[in-house]
Amino acid sequence: MIKFCMRIFSLVALSASVLFLLINSTFAGNQTKVGFVYLTTPGDHGWTYAHELGKQMVEKRFGDDVKISVVENVPEGPDATRVIRELAKQGNEIIFTTSFGYMEPTLKVAKEFPNVKFEHITGYKRSKNVATGNIRFYEGRYIQGVVAGLMTKTNKIGYIGAYPIAEVIMGINAFAQGLRSVNKDASISVIWANTWYDPVKEADAAKVHIAEGADILAQHTDSPAMLQIAEKKGALGFGQSTDMSAFAPKAQLFASINNWGPYYIRKIEELKSGKWNTGDGPDHWAGNDWGGLKADMLIISKFQNMPSGVAQKAQEALDSLKSGKINIFAGPLVDNTGKEIIPSGKSLDDGALWGMNYYLKGVNGKIPG
Amino acid sequence: MITFTPRDKVSKNWTIMGPALSIFFTVFFGLLIFALLGYDPLETLYQIFISPFSRIDRISDVFVKACPLIIIGIGLMLCFRANVWNIGAEGQFIMGTLLAGSFALLFPNVENKLLIFIMIFIGFVGGALWAFIPAILKTKLNVNEILVSLMLVYVAMLFIDFIVRGPLRDPMSFGFPLSKPYSDGALINKITFPGIGYLGQLHYGVLFIVLLIPFSWLFVNKTLSGFKINVLGAAPKAARFAGFKQNAITITVLLISGGLAGVAGVIEVSANIGQLQPEVSFGYGFTAIIVAFLGRLNPVGILFAGIIIATVKLGADNAQMSMGIPKVVTGLFEGILLFFLLTGETLQKYKIKWSKVKK
Repeated sequence: MIKFCMRIFSLVALSASVLFLLINSTFAGNQTKVGFVYLTTPGDHGWTYAHELGKQMVEKRFGDDVKISVVENVPEGPDATRVIRELAKQGNEIIFTTSFGYMEPTLKVAKEFPNVKFEHITGYKRSKNVATGNIRFYEGRYIQGVVAGLMTKTNKIGYIGAYPIAEVIMGINAFAQGLRSVNKDASISVIWANTWYDPVKEADAAKVHIAEGADILAQHTDSPAMLQIAEKKGALGFGQSTDMSAFAPKAQLFASINNWGPYYIRKIEELKSGKWNTGDGPDHWAGNDWGGLKADMLIISKFQNMPSGVAQKAQEALDSLKSGKINIFAGPLVDNTGKEIIPSGKSLDDGALWGMNYYLKGVNGKIPG
Repeated sequence: MITFTPRDKVSKNWTIMGPALSIFFTVFFGLLIFALLGYDPLETLYQIFISPFSRIDRISDVFVKACPLIIIGIGLMLCFRANVWNIGAEGQFIMGTLLAGSFALLFPNVENKLLIFIMIFIGFVGGALWAFIPAILKTKLNVNEILVSLMLVYVAMLFIDFIVRGPLRDPMSFGFPLSKPYSDGALINKITFPGIGYLGQLHYGVLFIVLLIPFSWLFVNKTLSGFKINVLGAAPKAARFAGFKQNAITITVLLISGGLAGVAGVIEVSANIGQLQPEVSFGYGFTAIIVAFLGRLNPVGILFAGIIIATVKLGADNAQMSMGIPKVVTGLFEGILLFFLLTGETLQKYKIKWSKVKK
């Protein structure tokens, strides 16, 4: 009996290895091998799904010229190092690591594989073969502020923040600038969810905001929970990372959509033509390749659930941001305690954005910590 | 109603047939699911079970992955043998890491490796202190240790989160929640092999298992304290009649298992991460519970159980990289594997009786 089992097992193992060899030996030579590391399973909304859509654009653009390997659900620790190394070992020529927490693992593996190109998304540390890419998410939030200022009846905006880091704070401040450009009476209250993704906490925060009188909600977290609550309670809000109107057809005013595809395609093209580089952005901000509306890395979904006059104003803001007519952080800027940040005539540079640790006028309360 | 009655004697045939059947059913259902979902079933099984052993550096990575699971599992083994249900190893892991890490950050420029040995000791103390809370509540106030140890996991998670966002945040991190990097003395190096270099992530911390397993085997099987623990778990009344101090044993096993979880944390972070971050444990403390039971609460068994779990996890990654099988599918398979292994073991030891409840 046992002997028999052993035979079966060895047969299975043997045939599997043969199969494996066959598959391995048939791959074509001219393809660029591209690896992606995802923080979660892509699902149908949010951060990782936006990267998945970008990956699909790569597939469409290059077809059989690329061979893509994806690893999803990779925790931001030792597993990441192992997975990234494995992708490098399997011959991937460019590897996109799509979450901030992959920063050290990416750098570590990059040192061991000097000929492989690495693209770390949203990080601030680079090396010879590690470039960083990021999106100017805050530009979309300025337009959100404009729409919120025109739509609110209670003049109370409820904002759900993930963590009090510069990235999120500059988003809140950009929102405030947009808001105050059309409505000086409205103000923003922030609830920190202390998570990027937790539908229960996000829903709770949305309920609190609505109970306190907010009629427009904005979020810097990843789930559609806030919009679903807004939909139920008759409030309005904005989608995050991907178009969330399917979750809240009557509540979503518009969504700021992270559009990674063009970035991925450009970097892979650069690799193919031997022109890949780590850009020349200075080290003091996250993402030496930091594109926004103009670069098409951030796109704005359809304006909906708002009067045409408001949609028109929103479109104007969008156009002026694209053309550079609006500089969101142009002086005079005053923080919410009345302290001057910069006088009129000057504006904050990118480095200053990554050092933001204050709220601008129009935001209530204090940053925790 | 279903009742489980222990079998008087486990037949020889079944000790072989039990695991064989478990594996058969696992493979059978695995093949079925993979085939139904349109993946080449044999290739998938190859990726999950065999590919982690297909290269020497992959084998090393299996041990690296299994390392924290085995260390925590050995500690939990002592608890479970004594019928003390420590479910909070995850929290003890975090607190050990945090205490040792905070200590390491006091010495930003130390290169002497003495530091890492002190950290391992501090990690043990940190984990043990966190386990001391359920221990003292259990022995003084008879509070259920399952609840207390479990709830303290969430306290620990929030606490380390607070620490790396606040007091220990690296001022150069642009507000991102990361501590400064550890100094060289606080890091566990990767093992360099002459002529080969590194093998995956294989690091000196893995050697701790080599010490721990024989030592814990001797402790459980050849010492009076080990015997007391076994008796307390198997027959609490007999233990009391024999004059064993139940409370002292309860406290001891909790302290040791908490301490070992803390040590696992220090090794894991010093070898693989090198700084404090909001998430340092990735469910190791919970997975180790399965490892302890899968290893039948026996040190050598735990070694193998740790390797099996690590293999399947790494194999799942490989299957995804080479075949694009999503994690949910391999996760399902992992569930099937554990289900059949544990069911097989239970049926080996117990008879099941179905009877109607009398009203």
